[in-house]
Amino acid sequence: MSNIVSNPIIPSGPKPKKFITTERAVVYSVLCICAAFFLFPLYIMVITSLKDLDGIRYGNIFVPTLHPSLGAWNKALFHACTGLYCQGILPGFWNSCKITGPSVIVSIAVASVTGYSLANWPFKFSEGFFTVLLVSSFIPYVVMLYPLVLITRWLGIYSTLPAVILVHTIFGLPILTLLFRNYFSSLPQELFKAARVDGAGYWRIFFQVFAPMSIPIFTVAVILQVTGIWNDFLFGVIYAGPTNYPMTVQLNNIVNSMEGVKEYNVDMAATILTGIVPLSIYFFSGKYFVRGIAAGAVKG
Amino acid sequence: MSVSPTAAKSLSVSIRGLAQSYGALQVLKELDLDIPDGEFLVLLGPSGCGKSTLLNCIAGLLEPTNGQVFIKGKNVTWEEPSKRGIGMVFQSYALYPQMTVERNMSFGLRVSGMNKVEIEQRVKRASEILQLEPLLQRKPMQLSGGQRQRVAIGRALVRDVDVFLFDEPLSNLDAKLRAELRVEIKRLHQRLGNTMIYVTHDQIEAMTLADRIAVMKGGTIQQLADPMTIYSKPINRYVAGFIGSPSMNFIKATLGGTIKAPTVEVSGQKLDVSDYAFAGMAPIGSAIEFGARPEHINILRGKDTKAKGVFDAVVELVEPMGSDTLVWLELGKQKISIRVESSQIMRPGEHVGVQFRVKQASLFDAQSGERL
Repeated sequence: MSNIVSNPIIPSGPKPKKFITTERAVVYSVLCICAAFFLFPLYIMVITSLKDLDGIRYGNIFVPTLHPSLGAWNKALFHACTGLYCQGILPGFWNSCKITGPSVIVSIAVASVTGYSLANWPFKFSEGFFTVLLVSSFIPYVVMLYPLVLITRWLGIYSTLPAVILVHTIFGLPILTLLFRNYFSSLPQELFKAARVDGAGYWRIFFQVFAPMSIPIFTVAVILQVTGIWNDFLFGVIYAGPTNYPMTVQLNNIVNSMEGVKEYNVDMAATILTGIVPLSIYFFSGKYFVRGIAAGAVKG
Repeated sequence: MSVSPTAAKSLSVSIRGLAQSYGALQVLKELDLDIPDGEFLVLLGPSGCGKSTLLNCIAGLLEPTNGQVFIKGKNVTWEEPSKRGIGMVFQSYALYPQMTVERNMSFGLRVSGMNKVEIEQRVKRASEILQLEPLLQRKPMQLSGGQRQRVAIGRALVRDVDVFLFDEPLSNLDAKLRAELRVEIKRLHQRLGNTMIYVTHDQIEAMTLADRIAVMKGGTIQQLADPMTIYSKPINRYVAGFIGSPSMNFIKATLGGTIKAPTVEVSGQKLDVSDYAFAGMAPIGSAIEFGARPEHINILRGKDTKAKGVFDAVVELVEPMGSDTLVWLELGKQKISIRVESSQIMRPGEHVGVQFRVKQASLFDAQSGERL
């Protein structure tokens, strides 16, 4: 009797919690395994890119070198050979910029206005138009590759920068329009009515009322488009033409160029350089990305 | 187009044969309405009765399927909302979130290209009236609900419009603020003297604010009259039930006696209704509903309960409300509520006498629901 009463704990305030519960332990271990799974290849790539060829040949793949050098990075950027040219991957970087910039701007500009029209200025067949758009965003790209080759050739722009920009813009439109339409539909209708009573027209409502409220969705659209277009290989190799090959295509050419020795350190450096743009985009705007996606999700 | 409405000068808004339908669903049915200059008209009804649709048609935010809208004698049926001389206040305030209070209020003026000095003057005047001066540089996010709604009113005020349209402006506010802002709107109307059309489902707002109330149901106006007429002489059972809180008692009864000395029979007992001002007569013996508001019934105790025309009832439940007390009684098999002074203490199970004030009662045909 007395040993039970000796140390009575009277419940009061927050209930004491165990330091770690089984559920927590499971969650954390799964998360750690996942993180390791994705980080390990990056680790191998970084340490390999800092080794010289001897270090790669005779060293252990998992062990970093004692004498790191940026020689491989230098070569990847400026001197690596893509087929006949040996200017490194830098020209590809600029090509990718020239392709991504206009494609992102044009596709978002067109899609946001289209989405706004569909959401707020319904016209006779707007619902049908929207359905067609929705369905078309699920058609596999490969079906349209050859017809687009013919179309761009007919337009006289095949194998040029405008061709690949046009193709990226067109393929970005359905999903972006869907994104913008749903976002604009989720904005209060009364705001639109109030602006109309105030005398604002189509463009003024878009630019002065809706666009300032839509930073999250514009951020989402920029991230989707930049990463999507930067990572693209197929459209670049088909429509851009050899002088305008984007970074991804150049990378492939560097990695697959055979001239005696396989320079793993240069390949790794070039790959990291190619991936750095989308990576940093996610890194710096991840917060806004999540916020934008969540904003769309909550409001329907 | 057709002839403009008669006496157009004194009319602020008039509506001719306005109909709105979505496919087979008729939201408004051939509606006619004349609103004199400076009147405060309340459109009252449950959700889905077409009151907001009517308001949106007047504002020009919805195109009617049929009919015309005149504002200040001018046919504005095809005009843009901004060209109609209306200002509108919405339930959700609909303030532009990225703009300050000042820019919210001046947006419409800037759109119309007014010069800066005049804009400044108008915003200043409106913010004085609505006591918004200290808040001019704030964003809507930093305002309370009541302040936001005042800004929304200010946005209509600066534009110097003929007609104010309110679409359930107080429904998003809590009870205390609603009562405060209700008074402010009434004060504003007295000060400005503009025509105001106000949509609500809240009968207290309707009663307190309106010069006239239009009670709506199913796309038609059931009764259009001043608040006291609506309250004391509802035209049918629907209007009677919608207005008044706690709501009117409807007691099932039959019409008896003769045409000259009619009586109402409630659970076997007769009530002389020859004092009642009949609006129409139903055949003797037909089923009616005897409508009596809780404040129009007397409770008698002691020896008075045996007097003529006094019904026997049992107290079932007592709801004290502070200012007065609501007593629920069983009269035969029917339940009725009576409002008594809070000093009167009733106990459940107590037998009391019930005396109806026939002059203030309303009789309805049980089948058609029309007032007798």
